[in-house]
Amino acid sequence: MNIKEDFPLLNNRAISYLDSSATTQKPKQVIEAVQKFYEQSNANPHRGAYELSVEATEIYEETRKKVADFIHAKQAEEIIFTKNASESLNLVAYSYGLENLRQDDEIVISIMEHHSNLVPWQYVSKKTGSQLNYMYINEEFEISEKEWKEKITNKTKIVGITHSSNVLGTINPIKEIIQYAHEKGAIVVVDVSQSIPHMKIDVQDLDADFLVFSGHKMLAPLGIGVLYGKKELLEKMSPFLMGGEMIEYVYEQETTFAPLPQKFEAGTQNVGAVVGLGAAINYLQTVGYDTIQSIEQEVVSYANEQLSKLDYITLYETPNGEHHSSVISFNIQGVHPHDVASILDSEGVCIRSGNHCAQPLMRYLGIDSTCRASFYLYNTKEDVDRLVKALEKAYKMFEKYIKK
Amino acid sequence: MSELDDFYNELIMEHSMNSYHKKQLGSCDFCEKGHNPNCGDEIELQVKLNGNVIEDMAFTGHGCAISQSSTSIMIETLKGKTIQEAKEIIQTFIEMIKREIKDEEKLEKLEDAIAFKNIANMPARVKCALLAWHTMEDLIQQAEKKE
Ligand SMILES: Cc1ncc(COP(=O)(O)O)c(C=O)c1O
Ligand SMILES: [Zn+2]
Repeated sequence: MNIKEDFPLLNNRAISYLDSSATTQKPKQVIEAVQKFYEQSNANPHRGAYELSVEATEIYEETRKKVADFIHAKQAEEIIFTKNASESLNLVAYSYGLENLRQDDEIVISIMEHHSNLVPWQYVSKKTGSQLNYMYINEEFEISEKEWKEKITNKTKIVGITHSSNVLGTINPIKEIIQYAHEKGAIVVVDVSQSIPHMKIDVQDLDADFLVFSGHKMLAPLGIGVLYGKKELLEKMSPFLMGGEMIEYVYEQETTFAPLPQKFEAGTQNVGAVVGLGAAINYLQTVGYDTIQSIEQEVVSYANEQLSKLDYITLYETPNGEHHSSVISFNIQGVHPHDVASILDSEGVCIRSGNHCAQPLMRYLGIDSTCRASFYLYNTKEDVDRLVKALEKAYKMFEKYIKK
Repeated sequence: MSELDDFYNELIMEHSMNSYHKKQLGSCDFCEKGHNPNCGDEIELQVKLNGNVIEDMAFTGHGCAISQSSTSIMIETLKGKTIQEAKEIIQTFIEMIKREIKDEEKLEKLEDAIAFKNIANMPARVKCALLAWHTMEDLIQQAEKKE
C-alpha cells in the first residue's frame, strides 16, 4: 500500500509536509467525493421538496450517522456539525457554560489547551463570576494524577481538557480524568482535535459529556467541525446561533426551536465539507487505525532518535513514549524558531514555528515559541532525513554567531 | 530559494546575534515598545535627541534574527540624522519592502538597510523586518507631539 500516492498535493510538490497538526493534506478519495457531490447531488438540504434536495438531505444526514458510528455515539442527534473545533467549543461555552455556571463555581482546564479551549472559558468565567483554574504539567510535560486530583474539586462544574497536546504531543489520561470529574459532579469537555486523526475515539467508553474536533485535521476538507454532546445535556441547552433551519415556529415576538440536532445548526451548512468528512472517515477506516499507528510509530520514533543525536536541539516532549503522539516540538538553542522555519522552507521542509495558539503554555515553559514537526500516515523516514539535514544546515548558518 | 542563504549573511547575523546597539542608554528622551505577536518579537527603542538630531539610539528585546538585525541596522542608519531625514529614510525603507520603489538610486540613503530588499520574497517574514521601522515611526510621532 503506497499511502502517499493517494495525496495529490504531496505528489504535485516536492516537499516534506510536517505540519499535519495544523491541517492534513487530503486524499484523492476525499477530493473526489466533494467534487462528485457538487457535480451530482448539490442542493440545499432540508429546504426543497424536490428530489435533488431530498437527496442532498439524505447524504447530509447519512454522514451524521456515519460520524456518530465513528465515535460510537448512541444516536445521530448527538452529532452537531459546526465549522471547526473552535466553533464547537464556543457553542459549549456559550450555551452550556454561561447558563450553568454561578459565582464561586470552578472551571478547570489544562495549561496545554489550545486558545480555542481556553479563551472561551475565560469569557465564561468573567461573565459568571466563576473561577478559572489550571492543571499544570510536570517536568515530564505531563499532568500528574496528583495535579488533576488536586485541581478538580467539589466546586468544579466544568473540566476542559485536550486529549493530545498540539504543542507537546502529550496524551492525557482523559478516561481517568472524566471518571474523577464525574465523581466530583463536573461535566467534561474533551478536545480530540489532535487525537482523532491518530487513534480510535469512543465517546461511550470515555463517558465524555462534550467532545469536539475539526475535520480538516483528519483528512477532511476545511470548514467542517463536529460537536458531540450527550443528548440529555444538548436538549437542555439554548441555541447558540439563530436563524433559518434551527426553528420550528417563528412569530413576531416568539420562536420555538427545532429539536436536536437542527437546534444547533443555524443557516445553510457546509454540505460539501460534510460529504468530504464522510469520505475521510471511510478512508481512515479502510486504512485502519492500527496501520496508521504502526506507520507513525516507526516514523516518529525514528525522528526522536535522529533529533536526539543533535546536541544543539532541545526537545519538549515526555520521555514516556506511550504518552506521546506524533507531534515533536523542539528548538535549536540560540536560534529563533521563525528563522529555523524559513531555512527549512528553503529546503522544502514545512514545519510550524511560533506559539501554536498556546501562549499560556509557552509562558509556563518560559519560552516564546518552538519549532514543531508533526507527522501523519503519509510521512516517511525520508521526510525525517530531510528534516535533519535541513536542521543541520540551519545550525551551521548560525553556529558561529550563537552566544554560548 | 537560494536567495535565503544570501539573506542570512554576515551583516544580518552579526547585527542580530551580537549587536553593539543592543544595550540601555544611560539617559534617553524617548522610548517606544513594539511587538509582533506572530513571532513573539519584542523590541524597545531608546532615543536621545540633541535638538532635532538623533544623537544616540539603542534597543533591547528579543526575537528572530530578522527583527533583531533590522532593528540594529536601522539604528546604525538613523544615528546622527535629523528627525526629518529619519522620517524620509523610514518611508523609503517601507516603500522598498512593499516594492513600490522604481528608482534604485533612492535606496542609497538606506545604507546597510538595503540588505532587506528581498525580504518581500519571504512574505511570512515581512512583519519581522518592518517592526523596528514602524516602532520608530511611532516614537517620532510621540516626539513631535511633545514639541
Ligand atoms: C488541540 C486543538 N484544539 C483546537 C484546535 C482548533 O481547531 P480549529 O482551528 O480547526 O478550530 C486546534 C487547531 O489548531 C488544536 O490543535
Ligand atoms: Zn520575527
